[in-house]
Amino acid sequence: MTNTRGSLSIQNVSLSYGKAEKRVLALDGISFEVRSNQFTVIVGPSGCGKSSLLYIAAGLLEASAGGVTASGRLVEAPGADRGMVFQSYTLFPWLTVRDNIGYGLRRKSMPAAEREAIVARYLDEVGLTAFAGHYPKQLSGGMMQRVAIARALANDPDILLMDEPFGALDSQTRHSMQKLLLRVWEQSQKTVAFVTHDIDEAILLGDRVIVMTARPGKVKADIEINIPRPRAPEIELESEFISLKRRILNELRGEIDEDH
Amino acid sequence: MNGKRNLVRSFTTPFGDVPAPAAFIAATTVWVAVLGTWAVATYGGYVADMFLPVPDAVIRRAWKLASDGTLFVHLWSSVEVVLLGFTVSAAIAVPLGLYMGTYKIVQAALEPLVNFIRYLPVTSLVPLFILWIGIGIGQRITVIFFGTFFSQLIMISDEARAVSRDLVNASYTLGTTRREAVWHVIFPAALPGIINTLRVTMGWAWTYLVVAELVAANSGLGFISLKAMRGFQVDTIFLAIFLIGLLGLITDMGFRLMRRWLCPWAA
Repeated sequence: MTNTRGSLSIQNVSLSYGKAEKRVLALDGISFEVRSNQFTVIVGPSGCGKSSLLYIAAGLLEASAGGVTASGRLVEAPGADRGMVFQSYTLFPWLTVRDNIGYGLRRKSMPAAEREAIVARYLDEVGLTAFAGHYPKQLSGGMMQRVAIARALANDPDILLMDEPFGALDSQTRHSMQKLLLRVWEQSQKTVAFVTHDIDEAILLGDRVIVMTARPGKVKADIEINIPRPRAPEIELESEFISLKRRILNELRGEIDEDH
Repeated sequence: MNGKRNLVRSFTTPFGDVPAPAAFIAATTVWVAVLGTWAVATYGGYVADMFLPVPDAVIRRAWKLASDGTLFVHLWSSVEVVLLGFTVSAAIAVPLGLYMGTYKIVQAALEPLVNFIRYLPVTSLVPLFILWIGIGIGQRITVIFFGTFFSQLIMISDEARAVSRDLVNASYTLGTTRREAVWHVIFPAALPGIINTLRVTMGWAWTYLVVAELVAANSGLGFISLKAMRGFQVDTIFLAIFLIGLLGLITDMGFRLMRRWLCPWAA
């Protein structure tokens, strides 16, 4: 177990829900370590509990057994050290884009001048400076997720948890969001745990892809992605990418066939 | 020609938008039709003026009561009771409803009792209130409070409970504490719904006001209406009805403006 800031350790995590004979085992003894500054992607068939695993790491859901440590500390409750971007749109509708990004900093009682400088930087980073005064309702889905990413990063968490953040977007918007995330992450180099069911997305973004089994979710494969950075979506046509994709697809195929 | 066809099309399209002047003309037409029917029925002598007054009799009555000041006394008496009863009710129902929607334990404790009282017709409590409080302003305020508070509480707690869990979860991951979440996340998220609840229940407050004034009061629009019935002054009854409608319309507009001002993001 590493003890450094930004490390994430999943230790024998199980999750079950429901009562008595209707009890369902969703996660079955998951363990893996995420090094500081590593971009880890978790893929798996739908219903395998990959999102639940992220909620457990965030402290939003309690594991039935096992535990998670973040930066060496046992996770017992949610906290600002673990930022999260959700699949659903979770911007605060009553706050403007600017105030959404500054929300966490305001909670920390950061002086206004300092806060505004950080907000301005992240507005620029996600290309939404012109929309600073808009309310979420006035934005497209892609713009809202850009704000959600900026809001999480502006708060400077040690670990960023991303639960299918681009799952609800059309494919064109999704591609531009992936490019944006690559650029932002390659600068900030934060620990990221990213859940998706899109294999291309997993290989493009990740340093490593963890493949989960169908329910009950277990770790099926743990694959290093050694494609050099900076990466661009064009790598999806390269042979290395394609062979990785084949490997992950093969790991997943058994799971999906069993499921349907 | 093309424009006219488009207009007809927008009128007959489900949920289709209609230009503002067209909406205004439609509303005015209905008003003119109603007032016109009234005028024809009375001036034409189709209905006895003992039951339906001629429009100018209502205007003359309004002028007469206004010039000796009694109109404003009764008007203010009604407004005062509604405002006091409604404000006391809302001041308790908003925070309590918020906690009730947020914390299951508060809901478990209060909901059975509140639902029991909520379905009691307030009118059935009026004799009790008169016995306890008398027929002064306190009795009327109590009637309004009982008529609005319990429903307000349930409706506001529903608004709070409907706030997206992921919104609260997101706030936690940004450093919000569980205690802060009530006022920093759940309250602002539920605010448009809370204002709507207040707007709807304000309409009920006016209803219960008239009930209270008809049963036992010595001032107010319901009171002069009842007195006018005894003296066959149907024009006064019409005046009172018209004023109550007008006050309702004004308060409704007030709440719409308040919502636009407090929640510009929900427009």
